[in-house]
Order: sequence, then structure tokens, then C-alpha cells
Amino acid sequence: MPGVLVVLALAWVAVTGEVSLGNLLEGAVLSALLLVLLRRPPRRALRLGRVPKALGLLLYFLRELLLANAVVARTILSARPSLAPGVVAVPLDLTSDAGIATLANLISLTPGTLSLDVSEDRRTLFVHALHVSDPEAFRREVKEGFERRVKEVFE
Amino acid sequence: MSLRDLLAAALLLAGVLTALLAAIGLLRMPDVYTRMSASSKAVTLAKMCVFLALALEFGALGVTTRALAAVAFVFLTAPLAAHAIGRAAVALGVPFAPGTMPNEMPPREPASAEDADP
Repeated sequence: MPGVLVVLALAWVAVTGEVSLGNLLEGAVLSALLLVLLRRPPRRALRLGRVPKALGLLLYFLRELLLANAVVARTILSARPSLAPGVVAVPLDLTSDAGIATLANLISLTPGTLSLDVSEDRRTLFVHALHVSDPEAFRREVKEGFERRVKEVFE
Repeated sequence: MSLRDLLAAALLLAGVLTALLAAIGLLRMPDVYTRMSASSKAVTLAKMCVFLALALEFGALGVTTRALAAVAFVFLTAPLAAHAIGRAAVALGVPFAPGTMPNEMPPREPASAEDADP
């Protein structure tokens, strides 16, 4: 709970654009009020030890974002787009809601790939991609790239 | 023109060109899924570039925090929107472009009687 409060208060300071102790306190009071109103069952606290892993995930994601944008740009601008679209079922090792949601969002944010759906039993993620030449290689890439890093942060 | 102006201009240009690319992709891709791929993410990157250019050019703490907050919110919401549109397309049975291989999406359930038009 305190972690969420701090994040919300900082978000308030960022959005109002007034960096002062008074404004931070104002944000904290409003956030506390919100948290009381939207009270939910207790959850695992934010663990500070995971911050470096989370930063690593962010850097990895930004790199993927730039690389993938370049690939998509080439596809869009080529005279005869070399498309090989496909939908690949990726088996999930992640089990938590937060983990699966984060993985699906990161995949959707990366150009060229889009999360379409999660199976009912939440063990398979269906991913659409612009270039699928080898589904096995694609699965491995997702699992060893994004999923491993997300798992280190969330589970 | 200072170095800061130049950097801001470069970021702005990169953002605008990325957005243009997204628009071209929207026209050239064959189906709704490839269009989502080509457009929604490129626009996310474009917005990030433009907001960063804004933060750099103004150089005021209040503007910078707001620009970074805007980038954070775009990154939180853009993939949700893309996913929602893609998922809705699958649920509605919008066809994939010919040559979509492999297609490991399970065949969807036939629409129930209640969903069908009377």
C-alpha cells in the first residue's frame, strides 16, 4: 500500500506540474483518499529489490521498440512488402494477472506484434506478428526475451 | 539556434516522420491485424518523440514532468486499445489476410442464438 501511495502522489506532482513539498502532500492526501475509496484485498507489496530488474526490463523494451520500428518501417516502405503474417500460440510460464497483463502489453507495444487473446485457462497467449518464418523460433524469442524478464520482476 | 533547439527539432522531426510512416502503413497493409501492428505502435513512438521534444524545448520542470506523465499514460493505454481492437476483430470473425501462416488461433465458437440478429 505505501508503495502505491508514493507512486500516485508522484504521478499527481508530475501531472499538475508543480514540484513542491506542499503539492506532494496534497497529492498524498488525495491518493490516500482514493485508496480508501477503492479498497481491495491486500496484495503483495512493491519490492525494492526488484527495481534494478524492472529498469533492465524497461531498457530491453526500449531497445526492442526501436529495432522493431525500424523493421516495420522497412516493411511499410518496401515496394513489395515482404509480409509473412501469422498467429502463434505462446505457452505461458507466467501465472499472475499482473505478469500476464504486462507481457501481453509489452508484446502489443512492440511494433510488428500484437497480443490477440489469452486462452480461458490462462496458459496460452495468442500473438499476431507481421513476420513469422519459424513459429518455434518466434515462441522461443518471446519466452526468452520478454517473458523471462517479466517473470523476474513480477513473480 | 542552440544545441537544445536542434535536438528538440530532431526529436520533433523523428516523431512526425514516424507518424507519417504509420499512416502509410495503414494504407498499405492487407488486413485489420497487420494494420494495427503497423499503426498503433509507431504512433506510440511518435508521441514519445514529440513529448520529449516539448520537454526539452521548454526546459521547465513543470512542463517536463507533465510530458513524461503523458508518455507514461500513452504507454499504458495504447497497447490496451490495440489489444481491444484486435481481440474484437477476432471475436467478430474478421478474416485474416490470405497467407497468414501459421494460424494457431483456435477456431472460434459459433455465435450463440442470442447474439444473432433476429
